[in-house]
Amino acid sequence: MDWQSWLIGTVSRALAFGTPLLWGTLGEIYTERAGVVNLGVEGMMILGAFSAFAVAQTTGHPGLGVLIAAVVGGAAAVLHAFLTVTLRANQYVSGLALSLFGLGLAGLLGRGWEGIPLRQPLPNVTIPGLSRIPVLGPMLFQGQSVLTYAGLFLAVVLWVLLYRTRWGISVRSVGESPSTADALGVNVFLVRYLCVGFGGLLAGVAGGFLSVAYRPAWTEGMTAGMGWIVIALTIFAAWDPLQAVWGAFLFGGLYHLSFRLQEFVAPELLKLMPYAFAILVLALTGLGKARRRWGAPGALGLPYTRGER
Amino acid sequence: MRRVGPLLVERRITPPRSAVIGVSALAVVIALLVAAIIFWGYGVSPWQAYAAIARGTVGSRDGINEILRRSLPLILCGVGLTLAFRAQFWNIGAEGQLLAGAVAATGVALFAPLPGPWLLLAMFAAGFLAGGAWGIVPALLRAKLHVNEVISTLMMNYIMIYIVEWLIHGPWKGATMRGFAYSDFFPAAARLPWIPGSRVHWPTLVIGVAAAVAVALILARTRLGYEIRVVGQSTDAARYAGIDFLRVIAWAMFLSGGLAALAGVGEVAGVHFRLRSPTHISMGYGYTAIIVAWLARGSPLAAVFTALLFGLIFAAGDVIKVALRMPFQITGVFNGLILFFLIGSEMLMYWRVRLAPKGERWTGRAGSSER
Amino acid sequence: MLANDRVTLELRAGEVHALLGENGAGKTTLMNILYGLYRPDSGEILIRGVPTQIHSPRDAIAHGIGMVHQHFKLVFPHTVAENVALGLKRTPFWAPIRVVERKLRELSERYGLPVDPGSRVWELSAGEQQRVEILKALYRGAEILILDEPTSVLTPQEATELFKVLLRMKAEGHVVVFITHKLGEVMEVADRVTVMRRGRAVGTVAVAGTDKAELARMMVGREVVFRLSKGKCMPGEEALLVQDLWARNDRGLHAVRGVSLRVCRGEILGIAGVAGNGQRELVETITGLRRAERGRVVVLGRDLTNRSARAVADVGVAHIPEERLRMGIVPGMAVEDNLILKRHHRPPFSWGPFLRLREVRRFAQESIVGYDIMTPAARAPAKLLSGGNIQKLILARELSGEPGLIVAAHPTYGLDVGATEQVRRYLLGGREKGVGVLLVSEDLEEIMELSDRIAVMFRGEIMGVVPAAEANLEEIGLMMAGERRLAPQP
Repeated sequence: MDWQSWLIGTVSRALAFGTPLLWGTLGEIYTERAGVVNLGVEGMMILGAFSAFAVAQTTGHPGLGVLIAAVVGGAAAVLHAFLTVTLRANQYVSGLALSLFGLGLAGLLGRGWEGIPLRQPLPNVTIPGLSRIPVLGPMLFQGQSVLTYAGLFLAVVLWVLLYRTRWGISVRSVGESPSTADALGVNVFLVRYLCVGFGGLLAGVAGGFLSVAYRPAWTEGMTAGMGWIVIALTIFAAWDPLQAVWGAFLFGGLYHLSFRLQEFVAPELLKLMPYAFAILVLALTGLGKARRRWGAPGALGLPYTRGER
Repeated sequence: MRRVGPLLVERRITPPRSAVIGVSALAVVIALLVAAIIFWGYGVSPWQAYAAIARGTVGSRDGINEILRRSLPLILCGVGLTLAFRAQFWNIGAEGQLLAGAVAATGVALFAPLPGPWLLLAMFAAGFLAGGAWGIVPALLRAKLHVNEVISTLMMNYIMIYIVEWLIHGPWKGATMRGFAYSDFFPAAARLPWIPGSRVHWPTLVIGVAAAVAVALILARTRLGYEIRVVGQSTDAARYAGIDFLRVIAWAMFLSGGLAALAGVGEVAGVHFRLRSPTHISMGYGYTAIIVAWLARGSPLAAVFTALLFGLIFAAGDVIKVALRMPFQITGVFNGLILFFLIGSEMLMYWRVRLAPKGERWTGRAGSSER
Repeated sequence: MLANDRVTLELRAGEVHALLGENGAGKTTLMNILYGLYRPDSGEILIRGVPTQIHSPRDAIAHGIGMVHQHFKLVFPHTVAENVALGLKRTPFWAPIRVVERKLRELSERYGLPVDPGSRVWELSAGEQQRVEILKALYRGAEILILDEPTSVLTPQEATELFKVLLRMKAEGHVVVFITHKLGEVMEVADRVTVMRRGRAVGTVAVAGTDKAELARMMVGREVVFRLSKGKCMPGEEALLVQDLWARNDRGLHAVRGVSLRVCRGEILGIAGVAGNGQRELVETITGLRRAERGRVVVLGRDLTNRSARAVADVGVAHIPEERLRMGIVPGMAVEDNLILKRHHRPPFSWGPFLRLREVRRFAQESIVGYDIMTPAARAPAKLLSGGNIQKLILARELSGEPGLIVAAHPTYGLDVGATEQVRRYLLGGREKGVGVLLVSEDLEEIMELSDRIAVMFRGEIMGVVPAAEANLEEIGLMMAGERRLAPQP
């Protein structure tokens, strides 16, 4: 195999692998920008994956499957919002509960669906014209899922929303200083509910992508810790939707390499690579001067109560 | 203070123990009621399901033994986690630390030519050190490089899972196991004794209870325990008081990881007698232990009892699987639901409700008392 | 607790109305009710004669009420324009900043409040941040502007600038409510003044028809303006020697720039200055909480430069921290645990790795009685205590180890009159016993009353040190503003 086709294959698959990471990370970025940590991404993703598969298989419409996955993920996230925003429960514990619950429920419901190939997966697209560019064409524009391109487009939209609109100012302010936002008439609770719910929506899509597009089948535990990688990527991307793009595709590439390199290294050791790399990356961002640029939202993880300073 | 119908509702600053226990028990019960819906949705009558569970767990001698056996790893992991949680260090890595203990114990059992009881002792010691070392890493990463411990401990779980997978598929794959991914069986001297008539490896139980007492003493009566409590409540005050953050959380995590690892030693030396797939060794004990420690409110002695509760749920999972033919994953649903209701009910503990005296005028709530 | 008791306040268009009272008199609570942050138990608010319900700050803004809190409600990582745009309904959805910046420039011009709309708030000085707050209110069409202790973060000169802005606003027909506890400011800028005491409005008078003495009487409820008796200073050997000290703040900028100081035993050295000029970093560097980049810290003859906080405490340095709730105590732990916070690792409280609980309890009982700490029990969590009692707890702990140096940062900030007096007595008591005291405070009056010598800090440097007896307010004000520097003392 020559290096060129090797590179094309790697980048092309990195995009595919990175797509669920991108959707998940974009969602978590909005969640955390509003000041809420949701460790339930793994649970929301797996619920999304299962519901997308179940709906796509019964109706024959993979798009509907993804839509339902979004709704399910969003609903799960609203539960998290209710516990952490309204009841002011500990965000870490609530997110963990959501992950435990999601993994359990998806495993429970998915028992009968295991191992069946999806009859109608989400089609891949090839962009006419662009795909004929040498090297870049097959790398980027051939046989990718619609959701990959949608994710990229979404990243740009979300960036503009966050930094260039009235809403963006409200969202960021709620995450930095909820009491200030509240004093100026921004409904902190509403913003948090919306952002957390939206985050869940995207996590659901991320899961749906796995089961109706990437590997059109349902297997228990098919998210395989991607939800946790998403949490790490959110920090790595410095809570910036555009930076999430290359972070997600970098890790997508890493996941892909853990298959590609199996002829040289034991597969089990390759599989631990993304997790080790996630720690490494966070450690590097924590080093020295780089840290100052990576400012977390000021009120991240703190429940908001009126009248407290 | 607020009046709701004939009741006065008041906020209190610290909930009394009775409220904590009462509300927590209520939350668990409600979670189980909600879980009934799942049985119903699965086409199983909830009454029958719970009756079968009761018969198969608390209703029989074997059932009780099974609860106890399932509780053993939860006691050790849960007690260890109380230490980390009291330092406000979110150790989500008990799962990996448990496996680290299992790996170290297996290494000793298979390769250390030690005689009789020394072998088991060495297994526990090696396990403790391995788990402690695995636990210290996130502490260092947090103190030195500001790496969020939730993520690092989680990632390290996955890393350890794949290390175990690698060992049983590769270097430690047993010669006698043909195509299966297991290590060789341990020699007889490396196996823990059972309570006669059960599969409860009692030395682990003794260690677990002793660990709970020891950790309670550490927290209440030693300098380290005091410093752990200060760091957990306020890192700023700890800094001001000249308490070395790194040293304190490193110790807390060493002990926390070490105790979780002892659970792993117990599982391989008392149940499986070999290293095998991580999902078989642990079944998520490390994650469930988080709920154990949370429900125990950071008290190591209470963790022994909450561990028994979740031992019951695991045992129930077996019953559900065998008697009702439902997947074992139902325990995850139970655990998640219980945790949801526990944290959701947290606020209730802070409200005191009493009958309003007749004729008292409603004064609404004073703004300043809210602060 | 009753914070406001049957208060009536009437504001007239085009006036500066001062709300005068001691700490804890209920001024801020009253204004928070008007601004919709708190709900009154009874009573009503009339705006232009119309009874109005104000349930939230949003209602207040809609009725033309704006408030500048003592602690600025700003999103510090955001730009000035973003802060102003936050929560505005009438800006375009896309790129609202452009519109806001334009109008902001107009307002700056009109009221004399210069500030760059594009700069990030954390980069601004306290005075500039205050301007942002005022602009924020004006942008929202505030007719009534409430300023809570606005001069506490300003130099005397900056305060004068602020007063000019207030007069301009008055001329434009606004009502300015000016919350303060400083008599001089009332006389200088207000038209009328309402004096509050223990939650009640004592009376409203026109400033033209009153004088400081009458206001003081109304405010305190007794004739005397309290002066603490201060013995003569007997400088002995040095308790603290700081030489050419440099340190960075949390953002990595130099906050302490070549500070040299000496505090003798039995002397109180007051450090005056507007908050944020490196006082916090100086205190932290001396007490071992922050790294010194350059220079030396010598305490009681021992070089403690860049030693740990524990080492510094063990030598005999008491530290009364600025943020007593965040740093000074562990709110969730028992009073008795808090009392040994800094000495738990030493005898008699510890024996090897163990704590000696009996000794801890004995000491707690002694301290609670000795320092008159009002607590339900020694085992009660410290967060149940009132501010004054928390400060007494800290003093009991810090003074118990027979310190040779006390570093006190804003020790009376936010305390009521009684507790303030007690805290000051303890500091003076320490001075009598030959302890050196480094006192950092924003309250210039406090510095003048307690100190033997006064050092003024500006942008991380000591602008000069003057004996308190010779100090005059104007000169100190100029040094606080960085306008004047005295030759360094030998």
